[in-house]
Amino acid sequence: MSQATAMPVKSSGLDGMLIGLICILGAFWSLMAAARGVDPQMVAHGWLMLGGFIIGLVLVVNAYSANGRVEETGLYHDNVIKAGAIATMFWAVVGLLVGVVIALQLAWPNIFYFEQFGFLNFGRLRPLHTSAVIFAFGGNALIATSFYVVQRTSRARLAGGLWPWFVFWGYQFFIVIAASGYVMGVTQAQEYAEPEWYADIWLTLVWVAYLMVFLGTLWKRKEPHIYVANWFYLAFIVTIAVLHLVNNLSIPVDPFGSFSYRVFSGVQNALTQWWYGHNAVGFFLTAGFLGIMYYFIPKRVERPVYSYRLSIVHFWTLIFIYIWAGPHHLHYTALPEWAQTLGMTFSVMLWMPSWGGMINGLMTLSGAWDKLRTDPVVRMMVVSVAFYGMSTFEGPLMSIRAVNALSHYTDWTIGHVHSGALGWVGMISFGAIYCMVPWLWKKKGMWSRALIEWHFWLATLGILLYIAAMWPSGITQGLMWRAYNDLGFLEYSFIETVEAMHPYYIIRAGGGLLFLAGAILMAFNMYKTITGDVSETEDEVTPQPRAIPAE
Amino acid sequence: MSEKHIDQETGTETTGHEWDGIRELDNPLPRWWLWIFYACIAWSVVYWVLMPAWPAPPGMQGFTEGVVGNSERVNVAEDMQALQASRSEFFTRLDAAESYDAIESDPALFRFALAAGESNFANFCATCHGAGAQGFTGYPNLNDDVWLWGGSFNDIRTTLLYGIRSDHAETRYSQMPAYGADGLLSREQIRNVRDYVLSLSGGTGFDAAALSAGAEVFASQCATCHGDNGMGDRTQGAPDLTDAIWLYGGSPEQVENSIWRGPFGVMPAWEGRLDDPVITALTAYVYSLGGGEAETAAEGAAGE
Amino acid sequence: MADTPQKPSFHQKFFEKNSLILTLGVVVTISIGGIVEIAPLFYLNSTIEEVEGVRPYTPLELMGRQIYMREGCYNCHSQMIRPLRDEVERYGHYSLAAESMYDRPFQWGSKRTGPDLARVGGRYSDEWHRDHLIHPQSVVPESIMPPYAFLQDAVLDYSTITAHLRVNQFLGVPYSDEAVENAVADLEAQVDEFSSGYDDLIARYPGAQIRNFDGNAEVITEMDALIAYLQVLGTMVDFSTYSPDAEANQR
Ligand code: HEC
Ligand code: HEC
Ligand code: HEC
Ligand code: HEM
Ligand code: HEM
Ligand SMILES: [Ca+2]
Ligand SMILES: [Ca+2]
Ligand SMILES: [Cu+2]
Repeated sequence: MSQATAMPVKSSGLDGMLIGLICILGAFWSLMAAARGVDPQMVAHGWLMLGGFIIGLVLVVNAYSANGRVEETGLYHDNVIKAGAIATMFWAVVGLLVGVVIALQLAWPNIFYFEQFGFLNFGRLRPLHTSAVIFAFGGNALIATSFYVVQRTSRARLAGGLWPWFVFWGYQFFIVIAASGYVMGVTQAQEYAEPEWYADIWLTLVWVAYLMVFLGTLWKRKEPHIYVANWFYLAFIVTIAVLHLVNNLSIPVDPFGSFSYRVFSGVQNALTQWWYGHNAVGFFLTAGFLGIMYYFIPKRVERPVYSYRLSIVHFWTLIFIYIWAGPHHLHYTALPEWAQTLGMTFSVMLWMPSWGGMINGLMTLSGAWDKLRTDPVVRMMVVSVAFYGMSTFEGPLMSIRAVNALSHYTDWTIGHVHSGALGWVGMISFGAIYCMVPWLWKKKGMWSRALIEWHFWLATLGILLYIAAMWPSGITQGLMWRAYNDLGFLEYSFIETVEAMHPYYIIRAGGGLLFLAGAILMAFNMYKTITGDVSETEDEVTPQPRAIPAE
Repeated sequence: MSEKHIDQETGTETTGHEWDGIRELDNPLPRWWLWIFYACIAWSVVYWVLMPAWPAPPGMQGFTEGVVGNSERVNVAEDMQALQASRSEFFTRLDAAESYDAIESDPALFRFALAAGESNFANFCATCHGAGAQGFTGYPNLNDDVWLWGGSFNDIRTTLLYGIRSDHAETRYSQMPAYGADGLLSREQIRNVRDYVLSLSGGTGFDAAALSAGAEVFASQCATCHGDNGMGDRTQGAPDLTDAIWLYGGSPEQVENSIWRGPFGVMPAWEGRLDDPVITALTAYVYSLGGGEAETAAEGAAGE
Repeated sequence: MADTPQKPSFHQKFFEKNSLILTLGVVVTISIGGIVEIAPLFYLNSTIEEVEGVRPYTPLELMGRQIYMREGCYNCHSQMIRPLRDEVERYGHYSLAAESMYDRPFQWGSKRTGPDLARVGGRYSDEWHRDHLIHPQSVVPESIMPPYAFLQDAVLDYSTITAHLRVNQFLGVPYSDEAVENAVADLEAQVDEFSSGYDDLIARYPGAQIRNFDGNAEVITEMDALIAYLQVLGTMVDFSTYSPDAEANQR
């Protein structure tokens, strides 16, 4: 794996010492929690975390065994990205699988309820699904690609010695704590912010390290300018840090207890939460993935980005306006109406800044449209951008109060979420990984292009089934709730609306199954690519230019 | 600072920079994009002028209320008033109706009452009594002509208004002792009286000694409420034990359990939650399901 | 718009050349909206209506609320009735901000797979809730709600209840010192109509419902706590003191 220009880098050792210290302190606290935890969940988590910190410590010590630590010798620090690509795929399968399970639970609650395992009920599994797909799958995709992109576009090695590894493993550790917590019933019961206070604190630490590694790499860059993908990644990292800190302000009941109380309550809590929730969408699921788009699409199709000017304008307007749109999750609630107005109007103004990204993504293909036909990976990424455009049109539409009066609380929201999540987030991540894997493992291409084709069609069909079920389902539900008979009384009881959803829930589960099947094919393809001989593959990708660092 | 570079394909100039082989064209912002963006901003500004929008800065109170202004809370109050107004004619007539006959004899009113009853039953009652009012164990069937507290129009209306063992001050109330749980009878005695009770509705195959022992217990403990012959007492809501219709189930285990724990079925009160005319409509609806009785029939002290 | 890319623009000179300035630019840009929207909720008097009756949860209700959160009921149930005609008819008076002012976290929800629960208190009997939680399809055959039968056997762990109240008190929920000190006693009193703590409990938590919620007098179960919580939902406000047209309630 060594390259002509590569040279071994000796570590200062400070990074390892600090990480080691974190592990020791963490292990100490975990031991206390295991021994003195005031609830069984805390005790269980204490042991789990103790194990994690000890493994961490062993890894750090191991890195220094022999005579001092020598970093990976390539030009770029790629091993952590390889690990990230594998983790992304792993969590994708887990998260999608849980998604299919909960979809089946809604379709056939009696069959997919596990009597002996009362804790595996829908209420506990749903957050497991949302966190697994957004934070575990999406987050790993973002971390891995951002590390990849920032090195290439800065012509600099990742900063921080062992810290990128700390970010990677620390993040997996966070996921495991959060996920095991949900199953045990440890939750702050706020969507997308469910992890409890100690997981939150740990994530804060990991996230600061992530920001420092990213910024540090930018500081070291040998390119005079910061590439647009990195603006988006940076905005994503910084904003998520702010959102996470503010929305998770809480006080634990006991320093060794797994429960905490929010500092904000009621209506203030509600707005803070949806300021967070909406911008988790805006910065995690949008800005970050736009970063992916800005690198992998031009790279794969080998065309210049369509408009630099547009990227500036849409970047700044996007991040400015996004922040205001949170109240559209609280239309007609007890949130004061002025705030709802702001949420609605800013959501409408957000439409074009969002589409700026779509235009730049799609128009980058001008002059290379034939690749849509020949290259399933390009097709995947283009479909992804199209879904991005669709959900960012649908979003502003749903933000209009009169529309939201109908759509809120219904499956319409779920349809919107998944056109964004499966279509945009899922497909762009898959595309990026299909690009990255051969590049990282220095292979000619993916093991099988036919499997990529299959994945593309399974996934596309899956999405179509999913959203084609959820839109009518949501609209039916909304209309049934408000239907009056000719004498002025409610036409339907609630349970009749539940019954009406049944066929749609079955179709949705089918769509999810197809999408999952595609992801499993991908995992297999990836496995074969990494371990096997791919010299015969049709999926030939352009080798990465071996950029020589400017001295 | 950076050299000129022309994109071969389109013939346009790039910004001159390159990152890992990626270049950027510098196409202008698409016109349509820009105009729609401006239009959205303009629309928003208009909206702010019209509607409540901007909060006062710190140290001050209030917010810009907007030229048109809007308050969902006032709107919904108006909507509700309009709804009430559209129903008011029938509501007034329902309020005046004292009996089922009075409603039934007015076809328009009858149709209205049944529609109102059906809709509200589905929303408020079906969760306990079932979508077809067929009931579940512990929740009476309202289709048959078996009544705990009486099936006349006014009996039903009273039940709906105040509930049964509810938290309403005027609720219908009675309490059967928990003979087993509170240790009033031994398990043996309970089994005996259980057999006796089952025999009242034609159950056979019981031990004769047990039956006579059970009969004794029944006479001393149960008859005050369920009547000497076990036919119940509507003034106390004590069910008829001879009709083979069981609120809490008729298997030996279930009957034994009823005696053991002394059932305490609760039906919520709807006065205040639902409008009075709606309660009247519900009464007519329940009455019409099959078991409605004439007023006089309900005045006897004991059941049927 | 300049067409000569050779002349570096302001953007190229500052934001693209210095990652710290870029970071700073991002922080400033994303701070504005959040501050303008969130901060006023803390200082505008109109944010929370003035109504009578809203009290902090009793210790038992508070623990029930925890079960509600733990089981993830908020994933299917909202607790926020919107001021729309059909919702007001179906669920009752629209929800006020005042009704959740002691809720940490709020549980307004975002999806109604099941019905809104903001005013479910008093609408059903304890027994119905028990039947329904143990096996929802036994009372609502078409229901897709999962069963929670294990709650009736799970003994409620309230060993930390005093600390729960103390943290709430610290955060500004009006629990008196006395209420904090008597948290355990109050919790135990609420499941027993004949307890000596009855009067104290009512005095501290006006309108508290005191009875054996799960039908099992032997132990205090999680079912007790959850039903106690469900039965208090939406019952606190005295709506005779609330008028939607009042200036103070225009928001
Ligand atoms: C919490 C569940 C519940 C709900 C909701 C409920 N009921 Fe009942 N209802 C009961 C129970 C339990 C009884 C039997 C009480 C008893 O055992 O005496 C009952 C009894 C009755 C009776 C008296 C039956 C008799 O034999 O005397 C009528 C009539 C009735 N309900 C109608 C209604 C209507 C109409 C509604 C809706 C407005 C309604 N119920 C809502 C539980 C409920
Ligand atoms: C204080 C009055 C009272 C006394 C005494 C009493 N009962 Fe009852 N019983 C009731 C009432 C009221 C109900 C209905 C409770 C309800 O609807 O929840 C009832 C219900 C029952 C049921 C359930 C009926 C069904 O349809 O499922 C049985 C069986 C029964 N009683 C048997 C007995 C026996 C046996 C005794 C004496 C050992 C007895 N009762 C004494 C008032 C009484
Ligand atoms: C899979 C989604 C789901 C979950 C999770 C869920 N519910 Fe439900 N719930 C429903 C549905 C659907 C209904 C309507 C049908 C019915 O009454 O069972 C319902 C009805 C209810 C009702 C009756 C409301 C009314 O007004 O009729 C209550 C109370 C309730 N649920 C409480 C809970 C509690 C407490 C939890 C958590 C421990 C919970 N639910 C978890 C789906 C769910
Ligand atoms: C211009 C951009 C967008 C706007 C204005 C917007 C607007 C909205 C609105 C109005 C809702 C419904 C809120 C409710 O009624 O509860 C919503 C929900 C949601 N949207 Fe979007 N959306 C946009 C883009 C996206 C994208 C690209 C994604 C995903 C990748 C996404 C993910 C979500 C999610 C996850 C929810 C559900 C939140 C919840 O749990 O309730 N949105 N969005
Ligand atoms: C196999 C594919 C998937 C299936 C079958 C699936 C299924 C589901 C189901 C059944 C729900 C609950 C809906 C409800 O409560 O009514 C849900 C919620 C959600 N899923 Fe998925 N999902 C899949 C993939 C994804 C992916 C890839 C993402 C994100 C990247 C995602 C993000 C979410 C989010 C954010 C919610 C919560 C929405 C809300 O609260 O409004 N899902 N999913
Ligand atoms: Ca959290
Ligand atoms: Ca949601
Ligand atoms: Cu949003």
